[in-house]
Amino acid sequence: MIQAEHLTKYYGPRAAVRDVTFEVAKGEILGFLGPNGAGKSTTMRMLTGYLPPTSGTAKIAGYDILTHSLEARRHIGYLPENVPLYPEMAVADYLHFMAEIRGLTNSRQRRQRVDAVMEQTNLTHMRDRLIAKLSKGYRQRVGLAQALVADPEVLILDEPTIGLDPKQIIETRNLIKSLAGEHTVILSTHILPEVSATCQRVIIINDGEIAAVDTPENLTRRLRGAETLQLEVRGPREAVAQLLRAQPQVLDVVAEPAPDGRTLFTVSCALGSDLREQLAAAVVGAGYGLAELRSVRLSLEEIFLRIITEEPQAEPVEA
Amino acid sequence: MRNIWAIARRELYAYFVSPIAYVVGGLFLLISGFLFSLILNLSSEATMRPLFGNLSVIFLFAVPFLTMRLLAEEARSGTLELLLTAPVRDSQLVLGKFLGALLLVLAILACTAIYPAILLLAGNPDRGPILAGYLGIVLQAAAFLAIGLFASSLTQNQIIAAMLTFVILLLLWLSDALGNYTGGRIGDLFRFLSITRHLDEFPRGIIDTRHVVYFLSVIAVALFLTVQSVQSRRWR
Repeated sequence: MIQAEHLTKYYGPRAAVRDVTFEVAKGEILGFLGPNGAGKSTTMRMLTGYLPPTSGTAKIAGYDILTHSLEARRHIGYLPENVPLYPEMAVADYLHFMAEIRGLTNSRQRRQRVDAVMEQTNLTHMRDRLIAKLSKGYRQRVGLAQALVADPEVLILDEPTIGLDPKQIIETRNLIKSLAGEHTVILSTHILPEVSATCQRVIIINDGEIAAVDTPENLTRRLRGAETLQLEVRGPREAVAQLLRAQPQVLDVVAEPAPDGRTLFTVSCALGSDLREQLAAAVVGAGYGLAELRSVRLSLEEIFLRIITEEPQAEPVEA
Repeated sequence: MRNIWAIARRELYAYFVSPIAYVVGGLFLLISGFLFSLILNLSSEATMRPLFGNLSVIFLFAVPFLTMRLLAEEARSGTLELLLTAPVRDSQLVLGKFLGALLLVLAILACTAIYPAILLLAGNPDRGPILAGYLGIVLQAAAFLAIGLFASSLTQNQIIAAMLTFVILLLLWLSDALGNYTGGRIGDLFRFLSITRHLDEFPRGIIDTRHVVYFLSVIAVALFLTVQSVQSRRWR
C-alpha cells in the first residue's frame, strides 16, 4: 500500500532524511520510532506530498507521489504534528469542510461520514463548539477525526497521542488499532510503549536513517544482545558472585542487596545461551539457598536507548 | 470547481464569524454613505459619478485588511499543510481564496445599491453610467484583491502582507502622476500602468475593452504569481 524508495531530504547541506526505504502492506500499522528531530515528520511530510524529496520517491496505493500527486493525496488522511485547525470554525463545520476538499462531494454521504467520525472520536457532544474553545485533548481528537473523515485507505498520523491524558491515550490507541485491516496506518511517536501497544511493525529511525525494522517482539529478541538472568540467593555475596563468574558462558555478574538478607545477582550470559539450569545446579550444589531465578526481557525502552545511543565508532578495545 | 467553491465558502465563513467582515464592511458603508450624502447635498445632481472615485479610494485602504490573512494566516497556523496535502490543486486553492474575498466585496458593494435606489426615488439619474460604474469598481476591487492575495502568499505575517499590499496599490495609484512627470514613452507606460486611470471612463458610461482587459490582466497576472508562490512553498 505504501512503498518508500530511497527517500532523501536535504535542508541546505544538512540531510534530514537519508535513503529511507520501506514498505507497508495493506491493513498494517507501522510505527515510526525515534527521538525528536530524527526525521520522522520530514519523512511523513514527503509521503503526504507536502515536501518534495530531494531524491527518491514513494508510492501510495500504487500512485507515485511525484508524478501522480493528486491521486496519491486522494488516498491519504493526514494528521500533522502540530494539529492545524481553524479556530474560528465549529467542530462539525470544520469536518464538513475537510471532508469536502478531501473528495467527499456528495453532501448526504458527507453528513454521514462527519457524524460517524465524530462518534468514533467522541466528539458528538462538541459538534457546535468553536475549535478555539476546545481543550488540547479535544483538538487532538478533531485532528484525528479530520484525518479519518474521508475514509482514506492510508492514514499518516504524526504523534497522534501527544497532549492527551492517559485515558484518552488508551482510547486513541484502541481507535487506531481498530482501523487496522481496513486502513493502512503509519504513526510516529517518541513514546516507546506506544509502538508496542499499537503497531505490528516498527521502524526505528535515527539521525535521518533507518536504524532497525522489525516487529516489536523480534526487535526485543534480536537486540537483547546478551541474555540476562536474575538470581536471588542466600549466601555470602563475594563467594556466590565468584561461583557464578566461574560458570562457562557467563559474561558479567552484578550483586545488589535484596530483602531478607538475600542478595540479587544480575548475570549477563552469552547470546543464545540458556544457563538457567546450570546456574541453579551450581548455586544449590554449593549449598546456598536459591530463592528465585528469572530470565529478564529487555523492554523496548532499553532497546531504543541502546540503538539510539549506539556510537558509530568502533567498540573500545579491551586491554 | 467544487474544490474552489468549498474553499471560497470557508473563506466567507471565516470572514463572517470573525469581526473582519462587519468592521471593514461597516466602516466602508459609513464612509461611503457620508460621502454620498455630502456630494448629493453639495451638487444636488442625481449622479453617482463622483462617488465611484471615492469608493475606489476607500477600497485602496480596505482591501489590504481583507486580503492580509488569506494565505499568511494559513501558513502561520499550519493549516496550509492540510490544504496542500488535500487532493486540491494549488490553482484551485488560490482561486477559491480569491473568490471568497471577491464575494465579500460584492456583498459590501451590494449594500451601496441603496445610493442609486435613493437617486431613482428622488430624481431621474442616467442608469447606464451607474451600471458601467459598478462594473468598473468591481473590476478594480477584484484587481486590488488579487494583488492583496499575492502579497499574502509571500509571508506568514499578516501585518507585512497588509503593508506590502498597500505599497503595491499605492505605487500603481501614483504611477499616473509619475507618468505625467516624466512624460514621453516612459510616461505613457507609467500612465498605462496606473490603476486609477483605467477606472475614469466607466462612471461616464463608457465601457472600453482596453480598460476591461487591463483589469482582467492585472487579476490574471497576480493570481498566476500567487499560484507560483504557493507552489514554491513546497520547494523550500
